[in-house]
Amino acid sequence: MRREFIAKLCELAARDPRIMLLTADLGFSVVEPFTQAYPDRFVNVGVAEQNMIGVATGLAEAGFLPFCYSIATFATLRPYEFIRNGPVAHQLPVRIVGVGGGFDYGTGGSTHHSLEDIAVMRALPGMMVLAPIDGPQAAAALESLWSVPSPVYFRLGKDSPPVAISGGRFELERAQIMCRGADVLLISTGALVAETMSAAGALANAGVLATVLSVPCLAPAPLADLRTSLADARAVLTIEAHQQAGGLGSLVAEVLAEAGLARPFRRLTATQPDAGRGGSAAWLLERNGLTSDRIAAAAQTLLS
Amino acid sequence: MKPDQPFADGQVLSSRALRKLILEESYRAHVGHIGSALSVVDLLAALYGGGAIRLKSPDDPDRDRFVLGKGHAALALYATLFLRGWLSRAELASYCVDDSRLGVHPTHHLPGVDFSTGSLGLGLSIGAGSALAARLLDKDRRTYVLLSDAECNEGSTWEAAMFAGHHRLANLIVVVDVNGQQALGPTAEIINQSRMPERWTSCGWTVREVDGHVPAAVREALRPHHAEPLVVLAQTVLGRGVSFMERQVHWHYLPMSDEEYAKALAESEALQ
Repeated sequence: MRREFIAKLCELAARDPRIMLLTADLGFSVVEPFTQAYPDRFVNVGVAEQNMIGVATGLAEAGFLPFCYSIATFATLRPYEFIRNGPVAHQLPVRIVGVGGGFDYGTGGSTHHSLEDIAVMRALPGMMVLAPIDGPQAAAALESLWSVPSPVYFRLGKDSPPVAISGGRFELERAQIMCRGADVLLISTGALVAETMSAAGALANAGVLATVLSVPCLAPAPLADLRTSLADARAVLTIEAHQQAGGLGSLVAEVLAEAGLARPFRRLTATQPDAGRGGSAAWLLERNGLTSDRIAAAAQTLLS
Repeated sequence: MKPDQPFADGQVLSSRALRKLILEESYRAHVGHIGSALSVVDLLAALYGGGAIRLKSPDDPDRDRFVLGKGHAALALYATLFLRGWLSRAELASYCVDDSRLGVHPTHHLPGVDFSTGSLGLGLSIGAGSALAARLLDKDRRTYVLLSDAECNEGSTWEAAMFAGHHRLANLIVVVDVNGQQALGPTAEIINQSRMPERWTSCGWTVREVDGHVPAAVREALRPHHAEPLVVLAQTVLGRGVSFMERQVHWHYLPMSDEEYAKALAESEALQ
């Protein structure tokens, strides 16, 4: 997903000389197409995420469109207050590109897992928060939003799911219905939408028909689309590679409550393993119940 | 008071007039940070008077930028902007009243304030980005950043210092208000800054040390270096000009009583 994003950024940079790419010393084998094509518009600030955001603020005030690239947790949590007092407070078009949302960095361990980024970035007024499903959608979101005046956070998967399912579609403040079924509503975001689609397939084999709703745009939240789908749903399950507090499930719960909709509801979310244990991204998703068979089982339990 | 003729490029900005405004407004608003504002008066007089910061209109994209890293000295900046003619007397008199744009820390919504500050450690990063932008755009504008010495406790200040040194941002000029005081006591007892010159030099900066209460000397020290970012380490006194405030850490916080105000005004007036 990150490579498709950089490829699109290169394409846009050819059209718009305001685009710059900053990195806090990450992006090996990813950012090179940009650095080769636009060496004067690429800055490696070193391992200094706070300074990256501060420098981007100064650049954006002068008219540039700086993209700040790092691993998702480093790009959001370390410089969080700089993001708040810099691009958010000044309403400047700084873009934060966080790679590896959720457990993508697997055996890298808890320092490299990003389970809080959606929550903290949603909390910033005026910050757009995007979590594309796959490379084509990441490119479409970038094509749609590269020049908006507000700050934007892109939560990118490290790699794309094996099969692209988004169709390269993206609309701001909209959710996407990936498939329709009357029995249960499954709502997911980012690369886990692919796993959720597999779960819907497994449920169909068992005679349970699911609607899968993808939420690639978490802020501004697609409130109208969520209300419509929730009103039609008999039961609601949310699925995300993110902690419970402040994530997609939290957003959906807010919409359910404010709309006065009483539905069977459960959130599948992620926590770190206990006692310092770790493993691959697949293992971490499995132990959090975020695989297609476990998602399908959770939906069956919700309906029973 | 209204400035009859706002000062302009190359004209001297009166430290005495700045101090008077600071004392008047902090007394009226009954708020503190007086010592911090008085500490930087002569530095602002040097930066804004005498042509260091080249004064154009506040919305000219090619104007020099100024970042008040130590945002808690905002009242001194407001007084400067008033004397410049960019802030009305009525707005200056709204300092710390409800629904005012003039708070204890400055907001960029105010004409003449380029960046909002208040959280120490952000200012130099923004300044470095601003200076890099000017270079990329081939503009000759400069970026000035006024830091407190306590702000040099912040790791992010050194991230930005290393960055600016590496990129040889000669259009970036920092003044450090070395008053030796921080929020809970003397810097020497909290984080010792005695090796400040070496720290900046090692990051690739040209260092000049100066008496921060001699505006002409500060102005002289502000001449940009041709190839490196410049830092002016300005030795100052917290509460400068008011004997009972000088070097007293509680004047980082306290408002003045009627008696203190009268004494402060008289003493400040007597000082050049």
